Amino acid sequence: MKRFAILILAILAGSLSAAQDAPPREISITAKRFEFTPNQITLKRGEPVTLHVSALDRDHGFYQKDLKIDLDLSPEHESVVTITPETAGRFVAICDNFCGSGHGNMKMVINVE
Amino acid sequence: MSLGVGALITVAPGMAGGGTASAMTRWFRRQNGEAISPFRLVQLSDAHVGFSGPPNPAGTKAFERAIDIVNGLDPQPDLILFTGDLTHESETAGEHAKRMQLFKTLTARLKAKKVMHVPGEHDAALDGGALYRQFFGETHYSFDHRGVHFVALDNVSRGKPEVGAEQLAWLVRDLARYPHTAPIIVFTHRPLFDLRPDWEWFTRDGDEVLTVLAPFENVTILYGHIHRHDVHQSEHAVHYASRSLIFAFPDPTTSGDKKPLPFDKEKPFQNLGLQRVASRKGQQFSVDDVELTLREFGGTDGVQQISKPGVSL
Repeated sequence: MKRFAILILAILAGSLSAAQDAPPREISITAKRFEFTPNQITLKRGEPVTLHVSALDRDHGFYQKDLKIDLDLSPEHESVVTITPETAGRFVAICDNFCGSGHGNMKMVINVE
Repeated sequence: MSLGVGALITVAPGMAGGGTASAMTRWFRRQNGEAISPFRLVQLSDAHVGFSGPPNPAGTKAFERAIDIVNGLDPQPDLILFTGDLTHESETAGEHAKRMQLFKTLTARLKAKKVMHVPGEHDAALDGGALYRQFFGETHYSFDHRGVHFVALDNVSRGKPEVGAEQLAWLVRDLARYPHTAPIIVFTHRPLFDLRPDWEWFTRDGDEVLTVLAPFENVTILYGHIHRHDVHQSEHAVHYASRSLIFAFPDPTTSGDKKPLPFDKEKPFQNLGLQRVASRKGQQFSVDDVELTLREFGGTDGVQQISKPGVSL
């Protein structure tokens, strides 16, 4: 019986370790005046995710304070951030590098469930 | 009330404490020969000259109305502070320069000749402030006026909502000359605190600016950008936002979206307005926000507006 319990614990620990070691989910986002595509994504609380964000036309920003996202975007390179959201909710990420008359509405929603 | 659009500010520096006032008077006289005395100023903000769209198809009408009203004030303000978004940017070559020239032409009508500006992002964020400097000079600077130290801060021309390390270092050097009892008025475009970051109503390094200002006992911050009146008390400063001269944004505490409030042709100045700030015995300022609507007018002016509601568009 004792041997069986140790075996179960070992299997559980292995599963947990595998989950922790699994590479983060990856999501690609593009930015151009005055929109992000996609304009909405859904993440899971506690799940690491890597965001790959590319600017298509000029420099932009990608900023969400609560989720600790703060990227400078340039057409010359992809910008990457890995986050693990800890709180469920609806978070609005914005372009924080002024890009023209529609800049004020350049945003996307990050839902965390 | 029939005062106008913007913010009328009466300043009585250092009047609350007699000993402090006389010490400050001596200090300012030694520095620049200025005597401390009460004065008035008007804050105007967010005219967006060149803007055309459903939130306000009347263009510069409210701005011109504000200029007329300021010119009617008696006594005249010593000083006009314009807290950014003087103009609206344009994709057409040469058009933005024309808008800046129109702004200068309109403000030349002001009887008060001391008009100071800071840029908003619509003036200076696309070209790092190059065109703005041609028309209005440096984007950050400071000066003394009747015993108050004024600091113009630029939190737009780097593209991002930030002041930046270089300007912060300048601010530290600029303030080092002043005793901590010196009254300070900072004027800038964006709020220096997190009012609503997801609407870009914040300054990324605003906390650092407020830390530099923290040792000073009497700090007032005037700003624009949010197109509505707001008063906020932070640990060491009071922040006042002036209404816009083009259109208003909704209440950030109750609205999910940053959409301009709709234009009403019958009330073209609705939601545009002023905040009136006056010194009172025993306290630095009192603040009255006055919305500029038809009901705010009296006398001949009111009769004219009621008989001819709306403006010719």
